Parts: sequence; structure tokens; C-alpha cells
Amino acid sequence: MSDNAKIIVDKFSAFYNQAEVLRQIELSIYSKERLAIIGPANSGKSTFLRSLNRLNDLHFHFSHSGKIIFDEKDIYDNTVDVPSLRRRIGMVYAVPAPLPCSIYDNVAYGPKVSGIKSRSKLDELVEFGLKKAVLWDEVKDRLKEPAMNLSGGQQQRMCLARVLALQPEVLLLDEPCSGLDPISTAKIEDAMLELKSSYAVVLVTNNTKQAARASDRTAFFLMGQLIELSRTDELFTNPADERTEAYITGQFG
Amino acid sequence: MKQDKIIQIALTIVALSAISSLVLITVFVFKEGLPIILRVGAKDFFLSGDWYPGEGKFGIMNMIIGSLAVTAGAIIIGAVFGLGCAVVLTQFAPRQLVVILKPAIEVLAGIPSVVYGFIGVVVLVPLVREYLGGPGLSILTSSIVLGIMVLPTITSISVDVIQAVPKSYRDGAIALGATRWQTTHMVILKAAKSGILAAFILGMGRAIGETMAVIMVAGNALELPHSILDPVRTLTSNIALEMGYAAGEHRQALFATGVTLFVIIMILNTIALTISRRSAGKAAKK
Repeated sequence: MSDNAKIIVDKFSAFYNQAEVLRQIELSIYSKERLAIIGPANSGKSTFLRSLNRLNDLHFHFSHSGKIIFDEKDIYDNTVDVPSLRRRIGMVYAVPAPLPCSIYDNVAYGPKVSGIKSRSKLDELVEFGLKKAVLWDEVKDRLKEPAMNLSGGQQQRMCLARVLALQPEVLLLDEPCSGLDPISTAKIEDAMLELKSSYAVVLVTNNTKQAARASDRTAFFLMGQLIELSRTDELFTNPADERTEAYITGQFG
Repeated sequence: MKQDKIIQIALTIVALSAISSLVLITVFVFKEGLPIILRVGAKDFFLSGDWYPGEGKFGIMNMIIGSLAVTAGAIIIGAVFGLGCAVVLTQFAPRQLVVILKPAIEVLAGIPSVVYGFIGVVVLVPLVREYLGGPGLSILTSSIVLGIMVLPTITSISVDVIQAVPKSYRDGAIALGATRWQTTHMVILKAAKSGILAAFILGMGRAIGETMAVIMVAGNALELPHSILDPVRTLTSNIALEMGYAAGEHRQALFATGVTLFVIIMILNTIALTISRRSAGKAAKK
């Protein structure tokens, strides 16, 4: 399996100020899989996700040790072009964060800042992203409208479309359905299933049912440590660690 | 209960008297100034450059042009540097630098205008005269001095507006692979556009109303300026320079100058208020 590992996390620890929020994480992420990360609040799931495309750099007191290898190179190496890394490893936040402009401009923003100027190429990428995020049919006649006019579920799919328009290799989703109704959630999960055919998808979720439904492998994080990582059906039916079992059966968290 | 009522009445009187001073000033200035405009004729008053109070000629066009030219220059300088400071303070500077820079810029607002004028005369005027020509006392010199004076206004308002832009815009743009600068100019400045515009207009109001520093560096000549190196007289300087010995119609004409200034500033403030209210309303809707 290790030949087609997309990302290899090697003894990665993360710190805010001096507090260690991730401890010696080791795992691999493969292309064409959906990896779910579950765990109670404060277990370091989001920090881990944000470490994967260096969004933690924005945090003043962040520091790290260990390596995250992507494309045979440590992403924390000084020579890495961070904006282009973030385009290849795309991120969708828990709360939809539309930019204050039209639907079209939101989706075209990423490709534009990456230097694509051709109008037809942009049109193509916008349509591609919106179709992949199962939003195209709902908005194709109103692309010029402000993105703020969309409903919450549509905004979240637009944020997904915005990342997909960049044609990333890895897709990071940070509780993408936390504020959504069941129908919008189902639509996003459908989109994820389709996406795994071409991307590696990493999904952080507080909803263990969603992890069971919509992932191939599941990792359980607790207090900054990776407790267990195995195939989703195995982890949910026959967890190896008793803490995992306690969590998925709802005894804490 | 009784005490409550007394305090309430007393406070109402205090509040009303503060507002009534505005009303009184407005009424007084207009009462003194309007008749002369009507007597001379609005066309001769506003569109003629002949200001010979002794011969009964009161044309303030050159001064209007002077005021506008100086203000325009000041706002160009103030906008570039003020917005630049605001962007650096909010987006790029490390926190330790912000702690030093922000109070430093705010201190600029506390320096008396006569000090600005003095530094202008002693330092800037000779520099301009030597390297660019002309008498040194000029539109350019006044613009630079005023530009520095409006810097704190523009910077502090712009910083507030930029900080009011939701953090999610920045996070969203960064996650899509935008560099800091792309995020700043394509997303953050765009979202803060109307607030920044309001900051410029408030700065303009300050610049056009400034008197002391301008008198010291503008040269105060009555001629129509032909280049930015020519001296000008502004509306404010005109009032300050001549009020001491003016009487009769001359005095009224100075009040009329005040009316003109008053109206210009009112218009600017109204525009600024409308813009910032509108953008506040838009933000609230989101």
C-alpha cells in the first residue's frame, strides 16, 4: 500500500505556545480513499487537518516537529511554495465562508489567483467545480448573483465547488456538514463518494454515524494522540482499543 | 423621585445647549453672509477671481480653487500613505511593530497645527524652492503638510474598517491558495471599500477646514494658480487673514466665504456618513 500513499505523516507533533496539541502522529493517506477522523472536542482533529495544508501558519504561536511528506517532500520545508501547496491540498471549513462577491467569482477565485486568465478556461473550471459539488443545476442560471443569497447548504456546496475548481489532489473537509440539514448532508456525502474516484478525501467529523456511512478508513483521535486507525467497518464493529469502543458507543465525548 | 426629575431636566438643558450652539452658529453665519452673496450676485461672487474689498469687488473663485487644489493634493498624499499604513498594520506587520506604530500615528493627530506649519516653513518650503522652483510657498508644500496632518484620521478609520472585515473572508481566500497580498487587495480591501472611501472623505473635511498650517505654507497670493508650485490662498486663510481689519461689506463677504466653506464641508460629511451607514447596513444584513 505504501507505494501509492499520497501523504505520509511521520512523528508529527504540533504546539500552540508550549502546549502540545498533537503528539507523534503517524499515518498515511492514500489516493482514492475517504479517511474519516473522529474524536471528542479538543482531540486535535482540526489542528491535524489544518497542519496538512499549512493553514496553522496563520496562527502566531504555532510550531511543530516531525514531518508531513507530500509528493516525496516535507511540506514544512522552506522551499515549498505554500499557496500552491494549498491549491493542491484543498480545504473546506465547517462554516461556509463565501467571499463577498458573485457565485461565479467565488468559484473562479482560486483559479484566478493561481494565474489562469482565459475566460473560457475559467468558465470551464467553474462549471466543473459546481457539477462535482452537485450544485450546478441549482445555480447555473444565477451565477452572477451574490453568493450570500444562497441557502446555508448551497453555500457549503459552493465552498466545496470552489476548492474542486482548483482540481486539487487531496481534499480536506473540516466538519463540512455540522450546520446542515439532513438533505444537504446527504448531497455532500454523495459528492464525496463521487470525488474519491479521483482524490484522497480526509473528513473530520463529530458525527460518528457520518464517519461510518461515508468513509473507507477511520482514525480515532483522543487528546492529541492517534489511538486507532483501521478500516471503517472494522473500527465500528470490532474496535481494538477500549477507548475507541467507549467513544463510538457514546459513553463519552 | 424628585431628584431624578431635576437631574433629567438639567441634563436635557445641557444637551440642548450643545446642539443649539450648532444651530446658532449656522443661523448667524448664514444671516451675516447670505445678503452679500445676493447683493453681489452668486455668479460674480463664486465665479470671479477679483477680490478687491476696497473697491467692493468680492470674487472668491481663486480661493475656492486654492482650497480644492490643496485639499486634493492632501488627500492624494494622505490616501496613499494612510491606506498603506492601515494595510501594513492590519495585514503584514508583526504584533510587536503594531504596538509601536499605531500609537505613533495617533500621536500625529495631537501635534498642534502651528507646529506643522512651522516645520513646513522651515524645512519643506526651502526644499521645494531649491529643487522644484517657484517661491516654495505653494500648493505642493501645503498639500504635503496637510497630507501628513490627515494621515491619522485616514489610518485609524481604515484600520477599524479593515479589522471589521469578517475573518472568514481571509481564511477562505488563504485556503484557496491566495497569497497574503492577493487576499488583501482582492478580498479584504474590496470588502472594506466603502468604509475606506468614507475615511478619505472625512480626511478631506479635515484638510479643507485646516487654517493655521495652510496660512504659513501656502503663500496666500490672490492670483489664479497655474501650477502646483504657485502660491494660493484658501477660503479658510482668507477669513483668518482679513477678519482682523474687515468692516461693513468686507466683513460680510468674509462671512459669505465661511458660508461657502460650511456648505462644502457639510456636503462632504453627508457623503461620508451615507457611505458608512450604507456599508454598515449591508454588513448587518449578512
